[in-house]
Amino acid sequence: MITIKNLHASIDGKEILKGLDLTVNAGEVHAIMGPNGAGKSTLASVLAGREDYEVTEGSVDFDGTDLLDMDTEERAREGLFLAFQYPVEIPGVSNINFLRTAINEIREHKGEEAMSAKEFMATVREKSALVELDPKLASRSVNEGFSGGEKKRNEIFQMAMLEPKLSILDETDSGLDIDALRIVANGVNTLKSDKNASIVITHYQRLLDHIVPDFVHVLYDGKIVKSGPKELALELEEKGYDWIKEEMAL
Amino acid sequence: MLEGLTPTSILLDEKELNSAQNTLAKNQLPTTRMEAWKYTRVAKLGKTNYTSSEETVTSIDSYRIANDATTFVFVNGHFSEELSSDEIPAGVSISPLSACMEGEIGSTNLILEGEIFNALNTAFLTDGIMIDIEAKANVEKPIQIIHVLKGEANLSNFKTIINAGDFSKAAVIQGFFAEDADRAFANVTSEISVGTNAFLTVDKVQYEAENTSHISTEQVSQGKDSTFTINTITLNGGLVRNNLNIEVNGENCETNLNGAYLLKGKQHVDNHSVVDHRVPNCNSNELYKGVIDDKATAVFNGKVFVRKDAQKINAFQSNGNVLMTDDASVNSKPELEIYADDVKCSHGSTTGQLDEEAVFYLRARGLSEKSARQLMVSAFIGDVLEKIENEDVLNFTHSLLKSRFGWDFE
Ligand SMILES: Nc1ncnc2c1ncn2[C@@H]1O[C@H](COP(=O)(O)OP(=O)(O)O)[C@@H](O)[C@H]1O
Ligand SMILES: [Mg+2]
Repeated sequence: MITIKNLHASIDGKEILKGLDLTVNAGEVHAIMGPNGAGKSTLASVLAGREDYEVTEGSVDFDGTDLLDMDTEERAREGLFLAFQYPVEIPGVSNINFLRTAINEIREHKGEEAMSAKEFMATVREKSALVELDPKLASRSVNEGFSGGEKKRNEIFQMAMLEPKLSILDETDSGLDIDALRIVANGVNTLKSDKNASIVITHYQRLLDHIVPDFVHVLYDGKIVKSGPKELALELEEKGYDWIKEEMAL
Repeated sequence: MLEGLTPTSILLDEKELNSAQNTLAKNQLPTTRMEAWKYTRVAKLGKTNYTSSEETVTSIDSYRIANDATTFVFVNGHFSEELSSDEIPAGVSISPLSACMEGEIGSTNLILEGEIFNALNTAFLTDGIMIDIEAKANVEKPIQIIHVLKGEANLSNFKTIINAGDFSKAAVIQGFFAEDADRAFANVTSEISVGTNAFLTVDKVQYEAENTSHISTEQVSQGKDSTFTINTITLNGGLVRNNLNIEVNGENCETNLNGAYLLKGKQHVDNHSVVDHRVPNCNSNELYKGVIDDKATAVFNGKVFVRKDAQKINAFQSNGNVLMTDDASVNSKPELEIYADDVKCSHGSTTGQLDEEAVFYLRARGLSEKSARQLMVSAFIGDVLEKIENEDVLNFTHSLLKSRFGWDFE
């Protein structure tokens, strides 16, 4: 689905990603863990096409096309979704109105017919129920006055509405209580199929009890320095990242 | 500037005419050294030789704001009878000023001394309209005045007089347009008196051209228990200055001033307002918002006076601007002058750019950059547009936004 090779990216002349490799196939869930400042959000931003970052080297193939060659909206229309670590509040812009525009622009891009108002409203009902997001919140201004947990649920609600091929969840679990975490994880698991894939960026092993990854990677200083099965997450939680640093120093 | 113009033939008061001529003889056009004109240059008006020729337009289809309205059309300030409605609703009398008899046009409440544009308007008045709304009349259809500037260097000096009788209710729409106009200039005054417990709404849509100029002054006085609302929507016009002077003379009044300006190219739009609270127990609300693109500039100067004995006044004033480019600019100055002690007043002004984080967020969900920016602009300006109660005015505004900016907010 996505093949990242030797990715280097910098911001304001400072190199953050320093030769990152990662391959994700359809049907897989990959977890990326790593200390603060390692470059996890940078990776997510670069994949989503944030223009502040400059890619200086490397390539990203997304289902046969050059991802780095596309604008942010094209990437989204091709099926890439980023659940933001810090979702923005957009006063005055209605959540469902903008989603409807997004869905129809995506459909137009694919040469499909627009979604009818009726079908759209039915989908909103179904998907907001999935993440237990109050339908009233779904129709308010984007994230305005939402609690932290509601913002994260709104991200997963939008993901459910857009049905992406590849979702990147950037610390969607941070700040969630156990109930909210279960709801979010349940949403992600329900949407999982053998045609889509996810990259779950997290700080805490706890999320991985709910969303079981096929692979766990450690991102450290702009590179994937270690990969392993889901047990690696437990090991990281137990030993912390110093262990990785020591191993790398050897 | 004045050589090509002929003095007015409208039957105005002699003393007023003399006062206007006196002001024109003694004063120059304002310069940016004057506080009230600090950010707006009008020198180019003085360099143009204006005439006031009668032109005709064949159709007003693209200028008709409200479909079901009593419509009066003026081209370069001259009355166009064939394009105007011949039926006048009950409870109203409407007449072009050119048809008024001696003494029929009441005395003005405009300041003529030192106010050169008011003086110019008076001394060279092309024509105007007088709208008298009878006491207790509830005029359901809006009264719509369509102004079209046409031809080269034409100056329209136009006056609207509205007398809203006690307990009456009416809505007036003023639409300003240009058709094949080059360096034309609309210099417009309105004298509005709102009677006891009367409700009057004025919707003003300004859509002239990038090389036209427009200066207008609305002089409003409100009687007790009355409500006056004016919505000013400025979407085109090279140089636009709107002076809004509201005297709140009676208690328990409500005054609403709303403005939306969306500018591009090299447009310059200046909204100047004064709300003078002379008596207690009144509310005034002022909300102006602008989106400024390209090299356009906007000015907002809103002044609220609360006189010494005008207690229990609630006055709110807010101006917000979004600059779409680094070359766009705005000068915003909300001012409060309060001499009473038991009042609730607030004012605020914000100027910023569209939130790029939000634009990125929307694009990351699949919206094109254009749609994302349009949604953000629409959200920003939306709270002013939603103050417009007349659906036709709102729809017309949306259609202009679409044709001029390619913005589709609906
Ligand atoms: N705008 C910026 N300018 C300079 N450095 C930045 C900027 N944004 C992030 N960084 C730096 O990039 C590094 C990686 O940040 P980030 O990707 O957010 O880490 P993570 O998500 O793994 O915690 C950090 O050292 C951070 O300070
Ligand atoms: Mg991060």
